[in-house]
Amino acid sequence: CLFKHRRHYLYLVTKYHTDNASTIGTPAEVNSTNYKDNYDQMVKLVQELRSQTERVIQGGGPKAVEKHLSRGKMLPRDRISNLLDPGSPFLEFSQLAGYQLYGNDDVPAGGIITGIGRVSWLIRGAQICQDRMRFFLTRNTLGEFFIIKPLCLLKAYHSFTFLQIAVVMGSCTAGGAYVPAMADESIIVKKQGTIFLGGPPLVSTHWKSGVTDYYATDDQHALHLARRVVKNLNYNKSPQVTITQPEEPLYDIDEIYGIVGDNLKRTYDVREVIARIVDGSIFDEFKALYGETLITVGILANNGVLFSESALKATHFIELCSKRGIPMLFLQNITGFMVGREAEAGGIAKDGAKMVTAVACANVPKFTVIIGGSYGAGNYGMCGRAYSPRFLYMWPNARISVMGGEQAANVLTTLAKEQRLREDKTFSEEEERAIKGPILKKYAKEGHPFYSSARLWDDGIIDPADTRSVLGLSLSASLNAPITETKFGVFRM
Amino acid sequence: QNIRFTSTVFQPINKVLIANRGEIACRVMQSAKKMAIQTVAVYSEADVQSMHVSMADETYYIGPAASQESYLNQKKIIEVAKYTGAQAIHPGYGFLSENAEFAELCQKEGIIFVGPPSSAIRDMGIKSTSKHIMSSAGVPVIEGYHGDDQSDSRLKQEAEHIGFPVMIKAVRGGGGKGMRTAMTVEDFDSQLQSARTEAMKSFGDDVMLIEKFVERPRHVEVQVFGDKHGNYVYLFERDCSVQRRHQKIIEEAPAPGISETTRKSLGEAAVRAAQAVNYVGAGTVEFIMDRDEKFYFMEMNTRLQVEHPVTEMVTGTDLVEWQLKVAAGDRLPVLQDELKLKGHAFEARIYAEDPDNNFMPGAGPLLHLSTPPPASDVRIETGVRQGDEVSVHYDPMIAKLVVWADDRQSALRKCRAKLRQYNIVGLTTNIRFLEDLASHPSFESGDVHTGFIDQHYSELFPRRTLSHNVVCQAAVALVSLERIQTWNSALESKDPFSPFAMETGSRINHEFKRTITLNDGDKSIDVQLSYIRDDTYVIVIGDKSYHVYAMLDTVADKNILRSVVDGVHSKASVDGSYQLKLPTPKFILETSATAPTAGAIAPMPGVIEKVNVKVGDTVKAGQPLLIMIAMKMEYVIQAPKSGVIKEIPHNVGETVNKGVTLIKLED
Repeated sequence: CLFKHRRHYLYLVTKYHTDNASTIGTPAEVNSTNYKDNYDQMVKLVQELRSQTERVIQGGGPKAVEKHLSRGKMLPRDRISNLLDPGSPFLEFSQLAGYQLYGNDDVPAGGIITGIGRVSWLIRGAQICQDRMRFFLTRNTLGEFFIIKPLCLLKAYHSFTFLQIAVVMGSCTAGGAYVPAMADESIIVKKQGTIFLGGPPLVSTHWKSGVTDYYATDDQHALHLARRVVKNLNYNKSPQVTITQPEEPLYDIDEIYGIVGDNLKRTYDVREVIARIVDGSIFDEFKALYGETLITVGILANNGVLFSESALKATHFIELCSKRGIPMLFLQNITGFMVGREAEAGGIAKDGAKMVTAVACANVPKFTVIIGGSYGAGNYGMCGRAYSPRFLYMWPNARISVMGGEQAANVLTTLAKEQRLREDKTFSEEEERAIKGPILKKYAKEGHPFYSSARLWDDGIIDPADTRSVLGLSLSASLNAPITETKFGVFRM
Repeated sequence: QNIRFTSTVFQPINKVLIANRGEIACRVMQSAKKMAIQTVAVYSEADVQSMHVSMADETYYIGPAASQESYLNQKKIIEVAKYTGAQAIHPGYGFLSENAEFAELCQKEGIIFVGPPSSAIRDMGIKSTSKHIMSSAGVPVIEGYHGDDQSDSRLKQEAEHIGFPVMIKAVRGGGGKGMRTAMTVEDFDSQLQSARTEAMKSFGDDVMLIEKFVERPRHVEVQVFGDKHGNYVYLFERDCSVQRRHQKIIEEAPAPGISETTRKSLGEAAVRAAQAVNYVGAGTVEFIMDRDEKFYFMEMNTRLQVEHPVTEMVTGTDLVEWQLKVAAGDRLPVLQDELKLKGHAFEARIYAEDPDNNFMPGAGPLLHLSTPPPASDVRIETGVRQGDEVSVHYDPMIAKLVVWADDRQSALRKCRAKLRQYNIVGLTTNIRFLEDLASHPSFESGDVHTGFIDQHYSELFPRRTLSHNVVCQAAVALVSLERIQTWNSALESKDPFSPFAMETGSRINHEFKRTITLNDGDKSIDVQLSYIRDDTYVIVIGDKSYHVYAMLDTVADKNILRSVVDGVHSKASVDGSYQLKLPTPKFILETSATAPTAGAIAPMPGVIEKVNVKVGDTVKAGQPLLIMIAMKMEYVIQAPKSGVIKEIPHNVGETVNKGVTLIKLED
């Protein structure tokens, strides 16, 4: 493929001979039935994801689009493209927010488009970013869907020192009126934008009242002004980490499809996934032979269950990263911490607690990708939603719940069975199926990434083949905020 | 009585001053250098950075941009010549080249004027005199009135006597100025008036002559050369029939389709003409030729012509070298029987002008300039380089492309191919038009005449529809350029490899579709471009979809696009140039003071010559408001709408840029 050479026109890679020794991964067995089967299944999942996304991208349908355009307005996604530098990437979140959440009402992307892109590249090359700044592009579509996110965001943003710029291109009513009002600078579009807390809009008085700062003749003008505002922020990104020239992995990233597949019970070596995500497939494995289920170094990825050793190794590693200010990536494929008499006696709860403490306290940017199952306390240990990863993504094959569906069904049938047995009653297979069936169905539905994404439990479902790109953008975005020192809590020894 | 004979004493020329600029100054210096003659350039304020200045051994500033104060400043030029010890002044063409007073001044100051004696310039400069002389020398002359009675009624009467259509020409005119055609008697008065006004402005003299207008005439001219020893040769003829605004645009040698007998009698007539005025140096005798190869003397140009290279190509000579030798008192290097025609040559003049807008001259920066590689059979005669500016003060000619081949067909093919390799970005040029012209079947068959462009107007100005391939290339060139700019900015920053810079157009779970509007003249084309991967795009134009791969190579400061559209590879710069513009956002137009309806706007860069109105005047749409002079041509600026004059921001004599509001109107 020709496109692979593009970075070479920047400058030559300087690498010493032995640096190649640290690469991992093996060529995929592209001709095996298992690989082909996996590949096909993953392709189906990705196609489903893309077709759902395509529907979201269409917005409110052709009629609404036509009506919107006929008023001389830009579509929301065009507004974003026009706000961003030409050709800038846009790392969009939660495209499936609100998916099947409101019965028959379709709420594309939850009624609001959120994401990160590059705006007004300064001559010196400052990069503007989201971790420190949000744009509100207010839209015409009002109502319940719209308010959900902005209001909780407002609270969050004002408790931090975010830069805020509001471009009022439609109605900003009631609570929404506070978005531009509380912004650092705001821009309003002539005849189109309205801001009011209640009562009829007083279009002509906004700039007189000082609620807005710039008066634009149309959408394009407003976005141009917004770009100017950004340019004048005097913001200069200075990443606190060492930056080297990127290098493509040694193996094609789409081979992940064939390695991973859709069957969560099928095992694979997560190193093969890492080999297709990291630069040049270079990976220095920490404690390779100790606690074999967890691979570390900036990346925490796991192969199934976490044992005591895995937890201790992870804790050590998280401490290292936090001390050195190295961002961490968690690749979750976890059924939980090991249970059972032996494990409990070995102090799995204690060791698991150490890992959870370390993850919870680590202040470096954390990123989580759920690449398979995410069950139980494993989700905590591997930086689940509650542990504040900057971004949490899911692959379309992933599942998330307190425990696996089958496991849950087994627990409940066991309970029922025991109760029956205590009552000296029989427990037929049919009864068992009657209990198990709905549970399995419920878990299948609610553990599905679409269900999770609809409720903003994650920041979006991504194509496994986009993982490298998405993580690169996420990592870059997070480096806009300073990495602060980590203060760990008490580790139970 | 003027001195008609110069001394034949040999006066060596070791240093020559070139009283000119642009390509001809460079051309003269080239030959001078070849002959190891030192060169002195003079330059105006506008030419400080120009090519002819960088080529010369010594350079001297002679005044402001306006040529009256610089290149026409005789005293100053003589001063520089004396100061530097230049034995000769080469006037090039234009400027002082046909100025008899200057030739005399040179002689008086003991400096060799590289050109004919002043008497010959004077004799030939006045058309009526020249015709008398030619008539008596046995050179066929066209019927006409060259009389002293200049009353309108007499001129009209003479015109009727000759029979319409007639040509009205300024006696001191040249270069198409002060010249009009009256097709019928009704036309006559207005055309005469118009010719007189222009002549007065250009030459300070509005004496007119009337002559028979030959229909479907060809413009055939003969290059002659004389030395101070009484030797004369003709270097055969050139055909310069295809003209716009009475100015040449494409020339060739020899003239196509004329018989050897005619060729010989043309040459001999031209030599007789030169002999009649004791001509010395390079001169051109212009004839008008009808379909039966009957020719009539029109005028003699007493200088080296713009189109001299075609003659050089077919005769294997260096006419500038000859000029310098003859000026020094040498004999002509060859005599008539040694001169043989060999092959065929074309010259295409590349101008900064807009053929689609009545050949309106333009000016501006040469942002990108790439030429076909020069060779012995491909000459690029130019005075500008990439980054230079075509100035409003002088002729808008950018270059001359001269090609030679064994026969006319091959030469013409070469001419077309080389024109396609000539790429200029930054200003509008006539390159595409020249290509169309050179490709026209009638031109190919040699069926040329001075009305050629008018006759074939519809074919020469086709409603051009850009191929989708070209539109695709334009769109990907734009996004590729954006990318390179982004990468370059990133490399300067503290975060040089930010994926926000390295990745282009990436979107989550879908492709980024972007609509790019490209304006092709007044037509706009919507292109929907999807970013697929890195250098790969899908482009939709109308209902057609194309898979495009593109990459920009930067070679010596020039961006060259390599693209593959649906499997078809192309490299930009092979297929000529197209001009597409990105539309100006509405908000810029609305907030700009130069909104087109607000008043009269300068259609090209130029100098304000006259203002007909004053603030507060009520004007009607179409009423002439002011007169601008640009590229030595006069333009009447009319009111775009009816209204009251609100403001006249510029004064007479001021130089204004294209697009500047000249007069503000109020409803």
